[in-house]
Amino acid sequence: MDNNIALQAIEVSKSYANHKALNKVSIEVPSQSIFGLLGPNGAGKTTLIRIINLISVMDEGKVLLNGQPISTKDIVNIGYLPEERGLYKKMKVGEQAVYLAQLKGMTKRDAMKQLKLWFDKFEIGSWWNKKVEELSKGMAQKVQFIVTVLHKPDLLIFDEPFSGFDPINVNLLKDEIIKLRENGSTIIFSTHNMASVEELCDNIALINNSETVLSGKIHEIKENHKSNIFEVAYKSQSELNLPHNSYSISGSKTIRDIHYSTIKMNNGSTSNELLQQIIPHVEVISFREILPSINDIFIKEVSK
Amino acid sequence: MNKIFLIIQREYLSRVKKRSFIVMTIIGPILMAAMIILPAYLADWSQATEKRIAVLDETGWFLEKFKDQENLTFYYVFGNLEDEKETALTVNGDLLLYIPKTELNIPVNSELYSVKQPGLNVTSYIKSVMKQLVENKKLLASGIDPEVIKSAKVNINLQTIKVDEGGIEKKSNTEVEVGLAIFSGILIYFFIFMFGVQVLKGVMEEKSNRIVEVIISSVKPFQLMLGKIFGVALVGLTQFLLWIILTLIIVGIFQSGALTDSNSAMEMLENSDVLKNAGKSGIDPMLMVNEVVGGINLKVMIFSFIFYFLGGYLLYSSLFAAIGGAIDHDTDSQQFMLPVSIPLIFAIALSGVIINQPDSSMAVWMSMIPFTSPITMMMRIPFGVPIWQIWTSMGLLVVGFVFTTWMAGKIYKTGILMYGQKVSYAIIWKWLTKKY
Repeated sequence: MDNNIALQAIEVSKSYANHKALNKVSIEVPSQSIFGLLGPNGAGKTTLIRIINLISVMDEGKVLLNGQPISTKDIVNIGYLPEERGLYKKMKVGEQAVYLAQLKGMTKRDAMKQLKLWFDKFEIGSWWNKKVEELSKGMAQKVQFIVTVLHKPDLLIFDEPFSGFDPINVNLLKDEIIKLRENGSTIIFSTHNMASVEELCDNIALINNSETVLSGKIHEIKENHKSNIFEVAYKSQSELNLPHNSYSISGSKTIRDIHYSTIKMNNGSTSNELLQQIIPHVEVISFREILPSINDIFIKEVSK
Repeated sequence: MNKIFLIIQREYLSRVKKRSFIVMTIIGPILMAAMIILPAYLADWSQATEKRIAVLDETGWFLEKFKDQENLTFYYVFGNLEDEKETALTVNGDLLLYIPKTELNIPVNSELYSVKQPGLNVTSYIKSVMKQLVENKKLLASGIDPEVIKSAKVNINLQTIKVDEGGIEKKSNTEVEVGLAIFSGILIYFFIFMFGVQVLKGVMEEKSNRIVEVIISSVKPFQLMLGKIFGVALVGLTQFLLWIILTLIIVGIFQSGALTDSNSAMEMLENSDVLKNAGKSGIDPMLMVNEVVGGINLKVMIFSFIFYFLGGYLLYSSLFAAIGGAIDHDTDSQQFMLPVSIPLIFAIALSGVIINQPDSSMAVWMSMIPFTSPITMMMRIPFGVPIWQIWTSMGLLVVGFVFTTWMAGKIYKTGILMYGQKVSYAIIWKWLTKKY
């Protein structure tokens, strides 16, 4: 199943009255994986998501779902949590959830049954007869999440799912998203929360200025962007001084008698060689390679 | 298709369950029934209490001239003003009419003392008696017999009779027709606005609550818009029907109550202005109502009212939906609402002209153009409109609302996803012409 592509966007272009929102953007989302769609504000993420949801019409390109061009009959197989999301304020929570589920094609009975399960799981059963305006923002977000996943769609699209949640609920949501993947769903999510990208995503694509600038498996991207930097922590009377020109110390600091040095390795040498150089001089406490965070890669790519 | 019904159902139920709908549904018929019943009831009421009036006439002209009326008796006193006022008002609880002696010897001034404000029927009776008496005396003084004047007075009774194409004569009464024309025109205007604005508010609510994108990921924006428009239309029809039924029930209850009070329903009808005239001219008012209403063809009236209400509503509410979709804030709605509603306001403003000349070419044109036809045609129908004109106008209205709905759909589906953009006519034009 690993090599199956669930969703594929091929050279999708879209322009609005005075700007090009997407310029030949392509993404590939493997099935049963979590895909992170990244990019600065206004890069075109929401436009792409809306095109996948058939809310907007693309000018050029193709979107394939399981190899077939996406069409209105696929709508019931997609769950979408938009960035701009809300509920009818005057409607009761339960009534509203049933209504939204029915719009996704569920029967009333089925919707009630599934909702009961989710409401119990999130321990919000007592909200059923409350009006939405009585709920806090975070509470309403939980209801919205339930409504998005209720009809068990194969493809789930979350646009900024964590905004408005407190850390406890962010974790709850993360767990649920991982469970959904385990149960066979393919998940696309767009976020500015880079920590959650590292934690959850299998693959990412970075869109900037309406174009895809980066895409692939997350660990491959990190490998490709690493710049052979290591951090050594050690005890010593004086700071480390490496005469060898294969290495250069790019920074150092001292915290409670422990020195930390970041060392950039020049081409051709290995980490073991570096260690051999260091050990005679100081007492090494830790030694690790510094991989660039998605955050660093994001900033680097966007500010190019 | 199934999804549209879900939307219609939600729109309908959420509005019908609202407190404001229930309040309106109850208050509307009460007001309407009050308009029908109150005049008769009030007239009845003011006569209910027995009033006695003491007359202190210093001129001596009016002695025994005031005759006792229903609930009104006169008696004469001859003391001085202060004493008689005291006795009449405080001791007996009566009224005191004081006619002072004047230097010219023609009494034109009089004073009526009372604890409570005397009714109009009391003052007008006193005035008319005094007026007639003084006039007669003046006429006699100049050598004219009042009887001659009286016999010279005539009542002109003008019965207008409409002759239709087949040469069949129908009695018509312009006043009834004018009343019906104004009533139905204003009712359509009121309904289009009231429910059109509900559509606008509903769309804006969905946009500002940010639920719209959740919904249009399940249904097409056009389906959402149509569902809302039809749902609100059903609310309008429900309210309208409830109003009619409840009004009839309330009027019915009061009528039967009035009948046992030995006040016939006729009496109530006579209080309406139109019929009062008829009563004066010696025609049986009930007979007249039947003849006139029979001349208007009620079936055509009711059918066309429902048609023009729905047609006009569909035309305007789709435009209102487009406005609601395009704008972000309540405050922006005014600049777009006004141009859209100008034709409606125009049709109402010209109602006087149209009712005066229901067959003028302006009236005919206005009843053809879909933006004004719902109001103008409803104002013309009571006066009789050639059937081909009605069909043409209805056909054009259907074409009109199909067109506006299509156009509104394009504006709507783009507008609802635009946040924080200042909308102008130029931008809306772009939305209309470019595919999004």
